[in-house]
Amino acid sequence: MSFFPKQQDLKHGNGARGVGQTPAALICLGMICAGAARAQSPTNIFDPAATPARSIFVLSMLVLAVTLGIFLVVGGLLAYALVRFRHRPQDEAREPAQIYGSNQIELSWTVIPILIVVMLFLSTTRVILGTEAIAKPAGALDVIVIGHQFWWEYRYPKYGIVTANELHVPVSDANHATYLTMSSADVAHSFWVPRLAGKMDLIPNRINTMWIDPEQAGLYLGQCAQYCGTQHAKMLLRVYAQSPADFDAWAAQQKLPARNDFFAGSAAAEGEKVFMQNACINCHAIAGTVATGRFGPDLTHLASRDTIAAGAIENTPENLRKWIDDPNSMKPGSLMPSMHLSGKELDNITAYLTQLQ
Amino acid sequence: MSTTQAVKGLDETPVAQRSHRSTGFLREWLTTADHKKIGLMYITYALVFLVIAGFEAILMRIQLWVPNNHFVSPQVFNRLFTMHGTTMVFFVGMPILFGWGNYLVPLMIGARDMAFPRLNAFSFWISAFAGVLLYFSYIGGSGLYAAGSAPDVGWFAYAPLTARVFSPGHSTDYWTLALLLSGVGSIGTALNIVTTILCMRCPGMKLSRMPLLAWLYLVMNGLVFVTVSPLTAAQIMLTLDRYLGSHFFDTQAGGSAVLWMHFFWIFGHPEVYVLVLPAFAFVNEIVPVFSRKAIFGYPAMVAASVGIGFISLSVWAHHMFTVGLGPAGNTFFVFATMVISVPTGIKIFNWLATIWGGRVIFATPMIFCVGFLFQFLVAGLTGIMLAAAPFDWQLGNSYFVVAHFHYVLVGAILFALFAAFYYWYPKITGRMMSETLGKWHFILFLVGFHLTFDFMHIPGLLGMPRRIYTYEAGRGWEGWNIIVGIGAFFQAAGTLVFVYNMLRSYKTGKAAGPDPWDAWTLEWSTTSPPPEYNFAVTPTVHSRRPLWDLKHPEDLDSDYE
Amino acid sequence: MMSDATSIPMGNAAAPEAPWTQPYRGTVGMACLILAESAIFIIFIVAYIFYIGKSLNGPTPAQVLETPYFGTVCLLSSSITVHFAVAALRRARTSSCTMWLAGTVLLGAIFLGTTAQEWYRLIVKEGLTIQTNLFGTTYYSLVGLHASHVIVGLIMLSLTLAFSIFGRVNEHHAEKLEVLSLYWHFVDAVWVVVFTVVYVVGK
Repeated sequence: MSFFPKQQDLKHGNGARGVGQTPAALICLGMICAGAARAQSPTNIFDPAATPARSIFVLSMLVLAVTLGIFLVVGGLLAYALVRFRHRPQDEAREPAQIYGSNQIELSWTVIPILIVVMLFLSTTRVILGTEAIAKPAGALDVIVIGHQFWWEYRYPKYGIVTANELHVPVSDANHATYLTMSSADVAHSFWVPRLAGKMDLIPNRINTMWIDPEQAGLYLGQCAQYCGTQHAKMLLRVYAQSPADFDAWAAQQKLPARNDFFAGSAAAEGEKVFMQNACINCHAIAGTVATGRFGPDLTHLASRDTIAAGAIENTPENLRKWIDDPNSMKPGSLMPSMHLSGKELDNITAYLTQLQ
Repeated sequence: MSTTQAVKGLDETPVAQRSHRSTGFLREWLTTADHKKIGLMYITYALVFLVIAGFEAILMRIQLWVPNNHFVSPQVFNRLFTMHGTTMVFFVGMPILFGWGNYLVPLMIGARDMAFPRLNAFSFWISAFAGVLLYFSYIGGSGLYAAGSAPDVGWFAYAPLTARVFSPGHSTDYWTLALLLSGVGSIGTALNIVTTILCMRCPGMKLSRMPLLAWLYLVMNGLVFVTVSPLTAAQIMLTLDRYLGSHFFDTQAGGSAVLWMHFFWIFGHPEVYVLVLPAFAFVNEIVPVFSRKAIFGYPAMVAASVGIGFISLSVWAHHMFTVGLGPAGNTFFVFATMVISVPTGIKIFNWLATIWGGRVIFATPMIFCVGFLFQFLVAGLTGIMLAAAPFDWQLGNSYFVVAHFHYVLVGAILFALFAAFYYWYPKITGRMMSETLGKWHFILFLVGFHLTFDFMHIPGLLGMPRRIYTYEAGRGWEGWNIIVGIGAFFQAAGTLVFVYNMLRSYKTGKAAGPDPWDAWTLEWSTTSPPPEYNFAVTPTVHSRRPLWDLKHPEDLDSDYE
Repeated sequence: MMSDATSIPMGNAAAPEAPWTQPYRGTVGMACLILAESAIFIIFIVAYIFYIGKSLNGPTPAQVLETPYFGTVCLLSSSITVHFAVAALRRARTSSCTMWLAGTVLLGAIFLGTTAQEWYRLIVKEGLTIQTNLFGTTYYSLVGLHASHVIVGLIMLSLTLAFSIFGRVNEHHAEKLEVLSLYWHFVDAVWVVVFTVVYVVGK
């Protein structure tokens, strides 16, 4: 990521267009804010990596500049008044002149704030319209996001893919963005990946939409931002922006049904039997098998994911085994119950699931 | 009942000695309908809950000290933040402000008591019971071992998380019922204060001559009627959903989760103005006295306060910018929210103009007001940031918002309350509080406040959402959370110094006399503490500052009306 | 800092000001209560209007509701009778007041009776309960909220009627009776709104 934004970035997207002439001072201010934390924080709102986040960033610099100015002027006057007019021992005798008011002064400090408000309001409206009121570009990738307690379901209707917790999108521009259509299967959640866009809530019986266009490949982090129950804190977001070639390869892999070519008697084959004969199939789906449950995440390509438990746990065989044994020991309040499998069953089922690339 | 005698100097009538002890201490306080005693009970009650809810906050800060900490379980943490928020708003904020209103309003308007003394007592006791009921939830139900049935749905209890299916058991019901009862108490007290102000002012005290505190309490309590009622209605609906199977917020049956949000925030936003207007009231009384100047722009201050009251009813959905209201809805609420900054700014400028050209005395009440002025300014400015909806799409539901509202609640309202304590404690008890301890209180609390709430903005800017029992390492949030936590302990220390000061000064404070601050409103014309009947002779006033006229016959306020 | 006990010099304010009057406490208190209750009703009415046409199943208003003309006429007439009760009491015509109060209670009770009849028909014959659908939810809660306020008002009026029958009410209580009548007028005004929303707009 280059340290200074390219000039074209300022003209990038509708929201930033109008304020592309923002003085360099504002951008410097932004760099000071962002630069300090950029190395340490992958979720810094002042380090935009997509158009929505960027247009918010530019607006926020304007708002910060205005409010900083107001603070310096009013705070400065206040500090001055407290020092200049403090009581001195020699003043004991008389009370100061009692001034009850002045209509002109009242008018002036009513009109000036109104003007500032109008200016801020217009700038804000421009960004709202630029983000929310634009038509969906024809080349956009559609993804349906459904919030659950405590994981994320992603569906790609054009590709026929159903996956969970790790959202893959192609690197794009404003004409080829990823368009998210969002709702919830249970309670209210909120999708927040600060470097890509502002947050948008996922609410049951309601459809919300937002779009993102990551400019560079990479992993973007976030998490659920609307309290949704016990494990709200561990409903993490991982957005993988990939080059179009990598994304197509990923999608092609995800479209395939699950592996089932295990040698008879191998641990994986045994594990598949354990899975299909237990209640796992009531909650989870594995394409190409009898497991078609939708209450929990789709596991068809579980092994292709870096994490389990909505980003909370690294996806290693040890962790996976421990998770299946007793999810609540790792994520207390998770809605997945312990399946009370024997040690052997756990070994086998883990062997099976780790094969599902 | 009233004579038409002018305020005949300071009322030096000695407080009637109790000639018989037929009423014990406990019985006297349990059955009193005297506004001063009820006010003090409200205040004491609120201070107890302040300590309890503060303790809950400290537990949370310890849990958040480092990433993936195991100090408390997620279930306990979720109960802690729910109870902390609910307690602070309903069982600290509301009662302490109602308490001060109860104590001061009749005294400042020259009245004998409130309009409906028995309703006053009833309102206090039902509110008090409600707080006890809420805290009973910790041990009710499954008991302490299972962390009880204390509510864990957040203080705004969004649907459908509060539906029976997602919140089984009774924890949500404790929340609902406790707040319903406290709401009844709030409406009762508000009715009392409004009626008292409109019907019981002493002769000559036209509305345009009332102390600004009375105006602000009039607006605040008028607001309570249309603020608390929507919450009451929504809670009735929630209870019908949970117990009679209705579908108000049942998304499976076509109900709307967003409807709860609308109803809650139609309550929730004006509620914060209910909490802040009395803070303005205290500052309006204290800053002029310690600047030795009349308040600048009394009519503008009244207009601004009334304007804030009305506009506050139209801004609620700025808490819902991320819900997907659409550009038209979002734009309207951006506008309304930004507009409310205009009358708010007018107030700040008028305070500045009051100080300007004055002779500022930095006694402890004034020092806390200075803290209020700077901190309220900052809080208002971060509010403007949040009002810009796209900025709010990033900042909303993050620690930036938590920092903003604590800046208002603690930095502005609590500081103004501390100022009020130091200012009126002599009137209530007849003794002065220690200035030295007061300054220690201020320093400790100021350091703690800024350590906690200045630095709390930063994790918000770095993507840390609120209401999470732990957080991931590597997001840049760690160090800030530690600094925030350290500040909490400084604030606790400052509060302990304050409580100690109040207790010690009761016994050993310097005698205050009726008017230790050389102030100008009616409460300073009676003894400290006031007799039960407040004034031996109902005063008649001819200006906004009756005691100024008394002390400065050469320069009467009434000449300038 | 303390001044001596001298009276305030009058200065320019020597001229006597207008006689000092303030409103009656009871009226202001009742106005406050009415304001708060109006806010509660408005929320229920908003919910009703919001959910019009949104039920996923079950009977619709047009299918099952019968407009309660008779009950409405009774309730609105009771506002007239209570007004006459207050007027009578002001002129110390206590027996006339008793009669008008009795009429008010009777008319109010008839209204409640018709509501009860309506609910019985809806629940038993039409199978509409608060659980059935969004219409059931909002209908029973709104009409029920109103009915509960009618009940409270009837209790207060009945108590007053009882006192009046025993000769304990006289012209000095006129202001207090007027405050109660304000509450009753409010309850009737709410019914006008509920009636319009439920039986006219919502059908």
